[in-house]
Amino acid sequence: MTIAGTSTITYREALRAAIREAMLADARVFLMGEDVGAYGGSFGVSRGLLAEFGPDRIRDTPLSESAFVGAGIGAAMGGMRPIVEVMTVNFCLLALDQIMNNAATITHMSGGQFAVPLVIRMTTGAGRQVAAQHSHSLEGWLAHIPGLKLLAPATLEDARGMLAPALADPNPVLIFEHGSLYNMEGELPDGDVTVDIEHAAIRRAGSDVTLVTYGGTLPAALAAADQLAAGGIDPEVVDLRVLRPLDDATVIASVARTHRAVVIDEGWRSGSLAAEISARIMEQAFYELDAPVARVCSAEVPMPYPEHLEQAALPQPPVVVAEVRRLVGADV
Amino acid sequence: MPSLGADMEFGTVLEWLVKPGDAVKRGDIVAIVDTSKAEIEVEIFEDGVIGKLLVPVGERVPVGTVLATILPAGTNGAKAAVPTPAAPPTPARAEAPSAPPEPRPPMRAPPPSPMPLRPVHDEHPVRVSPLARRTAEQLGVDLATVAGSGPQGAITRADVEAAAPRPVVRHRQPPRGAQPDRQAAMRDAIAALMARSKREVPHYYLELQIDMTRALAWLHEENLQQSLQERLLPSVLLLSAAAKAVKAMPELNGFWIDGAFRAADRVHLGVAISLRGGGLIAPALHDADRLSLDQLMAGVRDLVQRARIGRLRSSEMSDPTITVTNLGERGVDLVHGVIYPPQVALVGFGAVRERPWAADGMLGVRPIVTATLAADHRASDGHAGGRFLTLIEHRLQRPEEL
Repeated sequence: MTIAGTSTITYREALRAAIREAMLADARVFLMGEDVGAYGGSFGVSRGLLAEFGPDRIRDTPLSESAFVGAGIGAAMGGMRPIVEVMTVNFCLLALDQIMNNAATITHMSGGQFAVPLVIRMTTGAGRQVAAQHSHSLEGWLAHIPGLKLLAPATLEDARGMLAPALADPNPVLIFEHGSLYNMEGELPDGDVTVDIEHAAIRRAGSDVTLVTYGGTLPAALAAADQLAAGGIDPEVVDLRVLRPLDDATVIASVARTHRAVVIDEGWRSGSLAAEISARIMEQAFYELDAPVARVCSAEVPMPYPEHLEQAALPQPPVVVAEVRRLVGADV
Repeated sequence: MPSLGADMEFGTVLEWLVKPGDAVKRGDIVAIVDTSKAEIEVEIFEDGVIGKLLVPVGERVPVGTVLATILPAGTNGAKAAVPTPAAPPTPARAEAPSAPPEPRPPMRAPPPSPMPLRPVHDEHPVRVSPLARRTAEQLGVDLATVAGSGPQGAITRADVEAAAPRPVVRHRQPPRGAQPDRQAAMRDAIAALMARSKREVPHYYLELQIDMTRALAWLHEENLQQSLQERLLPSVLLLSAAAKAVKAMPELNGFWIDGAFRAADRVHLGVAISLRGGGLIAPALHDADRLSLDQLMAGVRDLVQRARIGRLRSSEMSDPTITVTNLGERGVDLVHGVIYPPQVALVGFGAVRERPWAADGMLGVRPIVTATLAADHRASDGHAGGRFLTLIEHRLQRPEEL
C-alpha cells in the first residue's frame, strides 16, 4: 500500500532517480563506467538512462579503472561534474593511484587553484556469493585518506538524497553502495529528498547500549536491536552515514547517554573503521564508559564463496546480541 | 541478599528493621525482603552492631549483594555508624575563592604506611568501569564494598548505585513488557526450578499403601480429650512419621551440591503449601523430627498462615532438607512429586480412603493412604528409598510414639 505523496521504491531505483535528477538539473553532470550504458550498469542502477540521455552523457568505458577514474578527475578539474561508477570496491584498487595521488591531493598541491568535484560510486560488501574478488568492504582503507569525503547510504532516503550534495561538494566524494541493499524496498516521498552529508543519524533511539554501524550492516544492527529490546535491553542504533570525516559528536553524545558501545563493521577488524571509532570513543568518552567498547566485524579471511561460510564470516545479529548481553552483564 | 530458595535470583528490600548503631543478636530479624514468591523476614547470623545499610528500601539487587555491614559486638554503636553517607566531594576549584591560599608546607615524604601498600600489579585487580569509578566518587560509595556484575566481573555503574546509601533516582523507562507481576514472577521461578529438577535430577519413584486404622483410631481418642482448636489433623501424623523416619535415612535428608551429596544433620521438613491465587511455596518446619504432634500442628498452622499472607523467614525458605507434599487434601490418591533441588527427596501422601484390604487371611475395609517417594538416584538407591517408606509405615502403626 502506498501512502499519499510517497511511492514504493527500491534502493536501486532511488539511486537511479538521484542520477536522473542530477543529469536533468545540471548539463555538466555525466555518468561513466564499465557497462553503465548499453547493459544498464552491473547492478542495474543506470538502466534506461542511455536511452534518455544518450551516449555522450552515459558513457561506457574500457575495462581500466585507472584510466576512467583518471579521466573523471581531469573532467572535474576542467569544470564538469562527473559521476564515475566503479563496479566494486575491490576493483577500485586499480584506480587507487588516481584516487589517492591525484583526486585527494590536487587541491592541496595546487594551493587551492584546482578543485576536484568528482563523485565516484562503487558497490561494496558481501552476502551475494560473488567470492573474494568482488565482496570486500575496503571503506576503511579509503577512509584513511585526507582530502576525500566518504558516504555510505544505508537507507532509501540516503540513496535518493546523497548524490546532489555530493556533486555540489568541491572535493572528491566516494559513495559506497552495499550490494545487499540494492533490492531493499520501501516508501519514499515523491519529489526532492534533501539530506545532509555531514552527520551520523540515530536510526533507533535507546538507552542501554549504542550500536554504531553503517551501510550494509545497518539492517543487522536493527535486527539485533529488536531482539535485544524483546529481552528488556534497549539499544540505540547510530548509522554513521559519513565515513570521512567521521561525525564524532553524534557517536560520543550517544555513548554518553548509554555508556556502552558495540561497533558493527563489515570490514576486517584489524586496522578497521571499527578500530577508529573504538579509539575515538576511548579518547573522547572514556569516563562515560561502563564497559569496554566491543566490536563485531567480518572474519579475517578472504570472503568465502559457499553461502554458509560467507554468512558465517559476516557480522550477524546473534553475535551482536551476544556481545551486547555480555557488556550489560546479562546471561548470554 | 540471602538466597531464600534455590529459585531466587533477585530480592527487593521492603523494610529495614534496624538502623546503623543498633546492637543485634543471632536470629534477630533485621529486614524484610520481597522475593518473587513472598515477603521474607531476614534473620541475622552473627551478634554485633549494625554498621552501614548498603541497600536502600525499594532497591532490587541480585542474590549475594551485601545488604549491610555488621561490626563486632561491643563496638560503640554511635561511632560505628561510620561517617554518614559521605557527601559528594566538592570540587577543589569551588573552594578556592573562599580562602586565601595558605603557604605551601615544605614538601615532605609521606609517613611510613601502617599497612603494606598494595602492589601495582595485583594478582586479582578489582575491575571498575570508568563510569562506575566516577559514579562511586559522586555517591560516596566505597568500591571495596561493591561486587561487580559487568564483563570480567567489573564493577559497573549499576553495581555502584545498588551499593549507594540512598536510592539513586534516574529517569529511565522500564524495559518493555516487564511488568512487576508477582504472580508471573512466581510462575517463572517455579518453572525454572522444576525444569532444572527434571533436567538434572534422575528421579526414581516408589509407592507404598499404608493401613491407617491404628493411627486414625488413636487420633480419634486423642482428639476427644482436646479442645476444638487443639485437635490434630491426620496430616500431622503423616508429617511426624516422615520426619522421624528420615532421621534414620541420612541419604535422603540433605542436598546434592556441586556433584556430591551433603547429608544434613537436622531434619527441616519442607511443607508444600499452595497459595491462594496460585503458586506454591515449601517453607521448613525446623527440627520437625523432634517436635511433638501438638508442636507440629501449631507449626503447620503458623506456616500456612504466614505463607498465605506472604511473611516467611529467611531460614524457613532456605533450610528445608526434604519436602513433603500432601495432595491427599485435594482428594487425589497418590502424587509422584518433583524434587526441589538441591534437596534429594520428596515424600507425597494421597488421600486416606476406605479400601478393601487383605490382612491375616481376612478381607476387610480399612482406611488406606498411599505414600510415595521421589528420590534422587545420584544420592540414594531404591533399596534405601523402600526402607524409608517402610519406616514411615512402621511409625504410623505406633502412633502413640509419634
